[in-house]
Amino acid sequence: MSTHDATTAPPAAGEANYLNCSHGFRSWFFTLDHKRIGVMYLASILSFFLLGGILALLIRTELLTPTRTLMSADDYNKVFTLHGAIMIFLFIIPGIPAALGNFVLPLMLGAKDVALPRLNLASYHLYLVGALIAVLSIVQGGVDAGWTFYAPYSTTTNTAVVTLTFGVFVLGFSSVFTGLNFIVTMHKMRPAGMGWFDMPLMLWALYATSIIQVLATPILGITMVLLIVERVMGIGIFDPALGGDPVLYQHFFWFYSHPAVYIMILPAMGIISEVVSVFSRKHIFGYRAIAYSSIAIAAFSFLVWGHHMFTSGQSELMNMIFSALTFSVSIPSAVKMFNWLSTMYKGSIRFDTPMIYALSFMFLFGIGGLTGLFLGSLATDVHLHDTYFVVAHFHYVMFGGTVIAFLAGLHYWWPKMFGRMYDEKWGRISAIIISVGFNITFFTQFVMGSQGMPRRYYAYVDKFEPYHVISSLGSYLMAAGFFMTAWYLVKSLYRGRPAPANPWGGGSLEWQAASPPVMHNFTDEPVGGDPYDYSNQAYDPALGGYVLRKTEVSDR
Amino acid sequence: MSTAHEGRDEHADPHLQHHFGSMAQQYDSGKFGMWLFLVTEVLLFGGLFCAYAVYRANHPEIFAYAHQFLDKTLGGLNTLVLIVSSLTMAMAVRCAQLGQQRRLKQMLAATLLCACVFLGVKGVEYEHKWKHGLLWGTRYAPQGETAAPAAAGTQVETTAAAAAAPADGGTTLPHAATGPEGLADRPQAGHGDAAHGGHGPAGPAPRNVHLFFGIYFVMTGLHGIHVLAGMIAIVWLLRRSASGEFGPGYFAPVDFVGLYWHLVDLIWIFLFPLLYLIH
Repeated sequence: MSTHDATTAPPAAGEANYLNCSHGFRSWFFTLDHKRIGVMYLASILSFFLLGGILALLIRTELLTPTRTLMSADDYNKVFTLHGAIMIFLFIIPGIPAALGNFVLPLMLGAKDVALPRLNLASYHLYLVGALIAVLSIVQGGVDAGWTFYAPYSTTTNTAVVTLTFGVFVLGFSSVFTGLNFIVTMHKMRPAGMGWFDMPLMLWALYATSIIQVLATPILGITMVLLIVERVMGIGIFDPALGGDPVLYQHFFWFYSHPAVYIMILPAMGIISEVVSVFSRKHIFGYRAIAYSSIAIAAFSFLVWGHHMFTSGQSELMNMIFSALTFSVSIPSAVKMFNWLSTMYKGSIRFDTPMIYALSFMFLFGIGGLTGLFLGSLATDVHLHDTYFVVAHFHYVMFGGTVIAFLAGLHYWWPKMFGRMYDEKWGRISAIIISVGFNITFFTQFVMGSQGMPRRYYAYVDKFEPYHVISSLGSYLMAAGFFMTAWYLVKSLYRGRPAPANPWGGGSLEWQAASPPVMHNFTDEPVGGDPYDYSNQAYDPALGGYVLRKTEVSDR
Repeated sequence: MSTAHEGRDEHADPHLQHHFGSMAQQYDSGKFGMWLFLVTEVLLFGGLFCAYAVYRANHPEIFAYAHQFLDKTLGGLNTLVLIVSSLTMAMAVRCAQLGQQRRLKQMLAATLLCACVFLGVKGVEYEHKWKHGLLWGTRYAPQGETAAPAAAGTQVETTAAAAAAPADGGTTLPHAATGPEGLADRPQAGHGDAAHGGHGPAGPAPRNVHLFFGIYFVMTGLHGIHVLAGMIAIVWLLRRSASGEFGPGYFAPVDFVGLYWHLVDLIWIFLFPLLYLIH
């Protein structure tokens, strides 16, 4: 098929790769190449991450003082709603699967593309359409209902709820199409000889994620449809005045949005499984346990939505059942954590940027996960519900977990995606700054939350002011770390050292493709085998990367 | 996989995409993807069935009362039409597999015709509800059973009455004195041709009857949108089949649209008894 010579030599400079094989807007915007779609997704989600981040800084700046600092209370409500909606629906949910996953999934399978490339492109186009509709709501004056759009406030407020929820509806389709595509790809495109348990754990994580995307997102779709119909036509299904039930909205919403939390965290755990093993130069510990725990988390994720509604008037019995099920999610999560730690045990650990992020992930996700148990137990939740403790908890999981792992993955696959090495020194410094800034920002929120500071409040009691000031200062430090990251990553595109095919010594198939890969991914057939076996690799100082030993490749 | 790529016949079927090793792999992938998509469709409607179950369990009297305004005859006719359309669609798939070009086009056209009939009948039913103000939530403003068809001219009234509470005096439908949980006044079952809203059911109306119509319109409306989408897909198939594109070697699009069409049919098979045939 390919016209390239089947040599294992490093890519010659000037050889056509997926980035420069064709030019022009149309060659990108209408491409069916999973790598280009992944890169477009990456650019899009990072843009929205910037927007959501600026909104976060506005929130933190407003909260520097107990009363008005920058904006009115109404504007504040709109800003935190948009921050939540943009970060959740436009950044985190598509973040790892659609941007990084799209890029690496076919490469990890040694395939030329995902199974349904046109659906993949449709997914991206729907993402753009949904994002534009969501952004349109800002132009229409914003939305102040919170990202959860709880009825009856969301059905009565006179802000642009319909626009934003319609955007979310469209984004849901984009998410479904990505997940559907990944499931089909993993079922039908695995190479001969790669069984399910020969796949890298990133793929297991993406598989579990995709199952949730396919099974949960339609419920979000119908919830948004009902909310829109409620607002536009006054159907009364969530309106108590018309005999409707607003708590039904919460059930519908969390039936999607709790599994969605695992759409965010599962692929992050997949990245950590790859990075921890590669940078410990040691086979992953408990491969099957990690693989099964991903599926277990996906299965449990559908059974715990009621823990968002402990104070919404659910029956005592349901509360107890949901609380018990919530606790059970911690088992597969802990299985992963112990396996990562055991992988590192007696490994030769290298503290490159992805590994620093991975270590940071384990620390922060540990705190985020354990504080989840405070909220999952009924008695403490009554006290902590709707306080900054909850805000801190989900930021530790979503940011300390997902975003940190996303950064680990971004740095890990950056050389593969763009064929350039970033500045390792600045990478490490930024990783540390972001982690420290994050802890300053959100650990203080645990403290003030446990003392009763309610979330979403514009004005607050004076005694919380020191905490808010510390938290805001931490957020500025974090922002500085992100701008540094953006600076050295962009710089690397122009000035970075050309990346070898395998700079880290990864064992999965994507590292056998050139950096950046050619149009159809592999110039010669990748050699399969255990993705976590590093014994057949040798470091080549001339290349600055690892190569497969020519002699006797392990074929199990 | 890659071996399959390298080894594949360069003169293979022009429909074979570059990243697949064989037509069989491509067909399997497409079919699996289609089934997964149907799963998401079931879940999309599942949310509505869930809402239906919640409200029916909490307010059985509303459903027992309000369903009598639906026309069982027209609903039954539509059920029949959709079942026939599923048959013709299945035959179309068979014709594509056997390469019978003329019959393929006939069967697709017959399916399209059935879909048109279905939507036409649905339109008649909607118009009837509209005339009698049997609408959702804030738009619910029933015209009494004595209202002659000529009184349909007053349908503008429904808009005017929209803001008014459902219990305004504009209706001759009696209102229940009971709360939503009231079970005392179930209308008698098997009321001959109570189907026609014009005749109206006996028995006092429970509170919040509009909830039933809200659910009815959302469920049948979403189903109708799916029928429309299926019709677009069938027109697309007709255009492609005009050039004789489908045959024993390549019939995947017909097969996949067929799967979708059967699901749309199946959803109606559930909607019909749940909405029309309540006892």
